[in-house]
Amino acid sequence: MILADLSHAVMRQRLCGTGLVLKIGPFAFRIISPIPSLHADLAVLYADYPLLSDDQFVDFTVTIASGTGWHRWFHRQAVFCFDGSDIFVPLPQDHAFPLLEWAMNWCISMHAHQYLLLHSAVIERNGCAVIMPAPPGSGKSTLCAGLVHRGWRLLSDELALISLTDASISPLGRPISLKNQSVDVIRNYVPKAVLSKLVRETSKGSVSLLKVPTEHLRRIDEVARPRWVIFPKYVAQSSAQLTPRSKANSMLELGRNSFNYMVLGHTGFNVLSQVIDACDCYDFEYSQLDDAVAVFDALAKQKVRA
Amino acid sequence: MSSTLLERVWVAPDTLPTLTLKEWELVLGQARQARLIARLATHFLDRGWMSDVPDGPRRHLASALRLAERQQHEVRWEVDCLCRALRPIEGPVVLLKGAAYLMADFSTARGRLFADIDLMVPKPQIDAVEGALFAAGWICDEQDAYNQRYYREWMHEIPPLRHVQRNSYIDLHHTITPPTSRFHVDGAFLCSRVQPLNGYPGLFVLAPADMVLHSAVHLFQEGEFGHGLRDLLDLQDLLKQFSWQPKFWPSLLERAQELDLGIPLYHAIFHITRLWGNPVPEPLRTGIEAMGPSTLARLLMAWMLGLALKPDHPSCDTRWTGLARWMLYVRSHALRMPMRLVVPHLLRKAWMQRFPETKST
Repeated sequence: MILADLSHAVMRQRLCGTGLVLKIGPFAFRIISPIPSLHADLAVLYADYPLLSDDQFVDFTVTIASGTGWHRWFHRQAVFCFDGSDIFVPLPQDHAFPLLEWAMNWCISMHAHQYLLLHSAVIERNGCAVIMPAPPGSGKSTLCAGLVHRGWRLLSDELALISLTDASISPLGRPISLKNQSVDVIRNYVPKAVLSKLVRETSKGSVSLLKVPTEHLRRIDEVARPRWVIFPKYVAQSSAQLTPRSKANSMLELGRNSFNYMVLGHTGFNVLSQVIDACDCYDFEYSQLDDAVAVFDALAKQKVRA
Repeated sequence: MSSTLLERVWVAPDTLPTLTLKEWELVLGQARQARLIARLATHFLDRGWMSDVPDGPRRHLASALRLAERQQHEVRWEVDCLCRALRPIEGPVVLLKGAAYLMADFSTARGRLFADIDLMVPKPQIDAVEGALFAAGWICDEQDAYNQRYYREWMHEIPPLRHVQRNSYIDLHHTITPPTSRFHVDGAFLCSRVQPLNGYPGLFVLAPADMVLHSAVHLFQEGEFGHGLRDLLDLQDLLKQFSWQPKFWPSLLERAQELDLGIPLYHAIFHITRLWGNPVPEPLRTGIEAMGPSTLARLLMAWMLGLALKPDHPSCDTRWTGLARWMLYVRSHALRMPMRLVVPHLLRKAWMQRFPETKST
């Protein structure tokens, strides 16, 4: 059973009551929130995610509560609570849905040390994964969103979940977070794109989340092998171009982009070495998504490693 | 008062708890809030029970173990660094609480999570130690003049020191309770009995009785109880471990009287007994009883602490928990400072919070 099978009334009742339990990638999340704008976006963006019954183990219970301070009388707020503690500063209530996304990222990155966690997008083709780490503003999410609508499968837009035993990457399959101009870029590039309501003036600017293609969610249990590490960068007017990058430097940069590389110590080093050994590393500049898609498709055609 | 799932794990420590998946969720949440999740994990690991834990919760326990292992590795490294930095300092440098348990290889350090390292030095050495730590990269981030003065004049520690590169924190103390406290302890008394730490010249830990009394006074003088249950488990472990030393118990009672810390010791033992059974040898029970406060204070404290020591998790809250925590918070301030100091201080803090000063240049 998936979320879309529930009537709105039942979904709302669960969200306002004991919680709605969804299987999201390898994790089970219980979501509790009385905030209507969150319900509306959740119903659309998470429509295809499996519902779990109440007797299954839930990894993280995320509550996006309505603020209770004296603020509420003139300025409604949304608060992320975990285990009864408020985690982030309260945000305006219309930020509730992006807040839910950030809260889920927080839960995973603070607790899921069964994986090496990289702050990175990951896409896949023919079982081979591209790891795309990049600082905010580099056009990582835009590129990722473009590619997953042109033949690449989305594993994750934010978090690479790398197995500590065999360095395979597990899909997380959550909506892609688009910011500012990239919202319109993707609307034009993918006319059938399903997006959450645009939220303005967040700490990251205007944010809208892009629904994951349904067929990608059907393959959510299929892991992929790391094959490329590509550091993307949007440069206006540039032609799409891959430049080889040293493995040593790429490894350092991935370590720096990790949420728990330090926590995992020696194990983290070994897993990251395995990843880097298996990957060709590049810097990538682009300005047009179509050109980028052509470059990535050419990459995917190199069947065997040189 | 019913005990929580987490408290119950240590009631029958050698019986595998049978928990439904729902109960596992609760116990993991309670353990996260009480900062006991890695300790819970070692409890299962040490008894060979990991394979009995269902997959879902086992992943969380294993994950917590990784975190604790790493933090302990880092604390050992930090202690190495500060040992080197403080080599020129005259007089003992004493590790307190978690860092002491870890470096002295006490069982209670198993699965402990760390936020900072607590150090104590004789009061006349504070400036020299702060200087030596500064030279090694630990700086004081506290910019506010009032807070600086509050710490240095009224508290038993200086503001936290942060390492500029590694972001590790040191709390530097000159005694274990504020000088204005109802339970004031002269740091020199404690330093006179410290015990050297093997392999770390210049570093020491408190004597067993003092270690127990510090843990007890810390637990019951703190205004916040986020770590309450963990501190109580520490105490239970310390008592078990030291019980093997002949004369430990008589020396504990004697020292409690000498330092005037009988009341915190009484409360600590009361709650250990309530939750996990009596740790005190029979002949000394009356001695501990005699240290307690008046009957009314006993009843009130038993009730308040019973609620406040539960994990700070929604599943443990009763309608009275908030009130009990608030009363203990007020009590902690009343104990730490006399009214003529605490009232202006709290007013000042409230003002500072409401109207944060714009940074003056």
